[in-house]
Amino acid sequence: MKVLVCVKQTFDTEAKIELKDGKISDAGINLIMNPYDEVAVEGGIQLKEKKLADEVVVVSAGSDKAMDAIRTALAMGADRGILVKQDTAADEYARAVALAAVMKEENPDIILAGHVAADDGSSQVPTRIAEILGLPHVNVITNLELADGKAVCTSEADGGTLVTEVSLPAVISCQVSWNEPRYPSMKGIMQAKKKPVATVDAAAADNKVAILEYSLPPAKSAGIKIEDAEPAEAAAKLADWMKNTVKVEVK
Amino acid sequence: MDFGLTDEQKMFKRTFSDFSDEQVAPGAAERDEKEEFDMECWKKMADLGLAGLIVPEEYGGTNAGALVYVMAVEEISRNCASMGVTLSAHESLCVWPILHLGNEEQKQRWLPKLASGEHLGALALTEPGAGSDVGATATTAVKDGNEYVLNGTKIFITNAYYADVYVVLARTGAKEAKHGNSSYFVVEKGTPGFTFGKKEKKMGIKSSSTYELVFEDCRIPAENLLGNEGDGFKQTMHVLNGGRAGIAAQALGIAEGAFRHALAHALERQQFGKPIFVNQAVSFKLADMAMKIQAARNLVYEVAWREDAGLSYQMQGAFAKCYASDVAMQVTTEAVQVLGGYGYTREYPVERMMRDAKITQIYEGTNEIQRLTIANCLKRGETSNYDY
Repeated sequence: MKVLVCVKQTFDTEAKIELKDGKISDAGINLIMNPYDEVAVEGGIQLKEKKLADEVVVVSAGSDKAMDAIRTALAMGADRGILVKQDTAADEYARAVALAAVMKEENPDIILAGHVAADDGSSQVPTRIAEILGLPHVNVITNLELADGKAVCTSEADGGTLVTEVSLPAVISCQVSWNEPRYPSMKGIMQAKKKPVATVDAAAADNKVAILEYSLPPAKSAGIKIEDAEPAEAAAKLADWMKNTVKVEVK
Repeated sequence: MDFGLTDEQKMFKRTFSDFSDEQVAPGAAERDEKEEFDMECWKKMADLGLAGLIVPEEYGGTNAGALVYVMAVEEISRNCASMGVTLSAHESLCVWPILHLGNEEQKQRWLPKLASGEHLGALALTEPGAGSDVGATATTAVKDGNEYVLNGTKIFITNAYYADVYVVLARTGAKEAKHGNSSYFVVEKGTPGFTFGKKEKKMGIKSSSTYELVFEDCRIPAENLLGNEGDGFKQTMHVLNGGRAGIAAQALGIAEGAFRHALAHALERQQFGKPIFVNQAVSFKLADMAMKIQAARNLVYEVAWREDAGLSYQMQGAFAKCYASDVAMQVTTEAVQVLGGYGYTREYPVERMMRDAKITQIYEGTNEIQRLTIANCLKRGETSNYDY
């Protein structure tokens, strides 16, 4: 059983986003592996530890900087990596085409990924990969059991959980609550450089989406202070402010 | 000259940083308050692989090198100086001497469990009458057949009580032969005649365990002697030389931790409708702190780099330990000042960090001894100017 995990190198979630010349500036920004993908890597490694998988391969599409995410996954315990060299301006469609091309070659039994990336938050790539490859896709899983060539996935659903049985191969994208990713071990970090990483060029695909403009969200406006009021009066004032000024939606 | 870290070193540093923030920071205030050694935290550090960073792979370590090791001590100490010194004492003062002074059989015997962290290590050097003056060691080791018999008391021993393996200095020769009368031994916890005296109540690093060791007719096998009989003084100079990098890294971590709290507070705390950072009296303090910390970091990393490169570092080790610990004291004191009344309370970590910083100027050779070491190097005509 071969597990393939898609990882993306993203901005540190604590990074302060700034625009320069109309584009997001990466100056001085710390890059990390997308935290959702980290969970997918951990999930893949656990399948191997449980002897349900023989090999865990990590794939990332992007610039050379994406190598850091691959090396981190290798240090955590993945077996080998594939860097798909692609322009960082590639949109979700082009990204999915490039990754799907590698997956056709690799022919994995399970494709794991985080369900969303912490930077653009588009949540599209795993779904698109499944569509391109004609594979079933189960999203936002919080648990995965394998038996008899099938995967039983537990997913979040509105107000409850959804249990899906899916035949393999399949694309499975996960929620962060699936597991607690391990730290790269000291031995893992030392071994990571010795593990093989192949570099391939991305399959050609034109973007379907053009970004016209970036803008930062408006600065948070000041709140209000309700003073010198009896509790009932203060609550009424606060409720009025929430309803008419902030326009909080009441369900 | 290249100031860059390798990809691996960067990954190590980031892992240490994440681990420290997520696993070490949360219990730091409580451990300090209770004055309790946190074995669970040590086990987590051991599971990560921190206990054997400088140990070669054949003895179960990762052989990641001295620079990676000092970055680990630095990052752990950034949130908890007590766990930082636990690591430093284990690795610099117990693992290092066994690795560098021990024979093959001794390394095989003790290193694997120390490298995995299953065993915790300690060094027993200081005595009531012998601290900076190592030659005055009064604990004796008398050879009797295939054994040595130890008698005496050691004080201020970091990791004691919880440690399983102790590297102990004892006098094996005549009192008068000051520089040739002592030797190092490995004594395992549980050896009959080896007990613990009082637990020290300290100003800082309160959750680091500090006890007295008592040896009363404690018999250990002769093969527990590290190196040659009578080499203790010379070996001590080597051990402490190496250990200084660990304490320098601890001091650096304390300073960095206090600085980050002070900076965050200065940017956030509003007075007269503005963050206090806009006042140059505050922002210049932070600029000075950042500058001193970076200078200290360069000294500390250089010492580790020298060790990894096989270069001597006696004077540089003294520079790093002395300077980084002085910086830790200055920076933590200023951090408390920046936080004002909050900084003085135990609700905020800078108070703990200021107490923790003080010891770094004292142990592993007081800063007065460090300056003496530097002065002696200068007298001998040594210079660090062209020695890179």
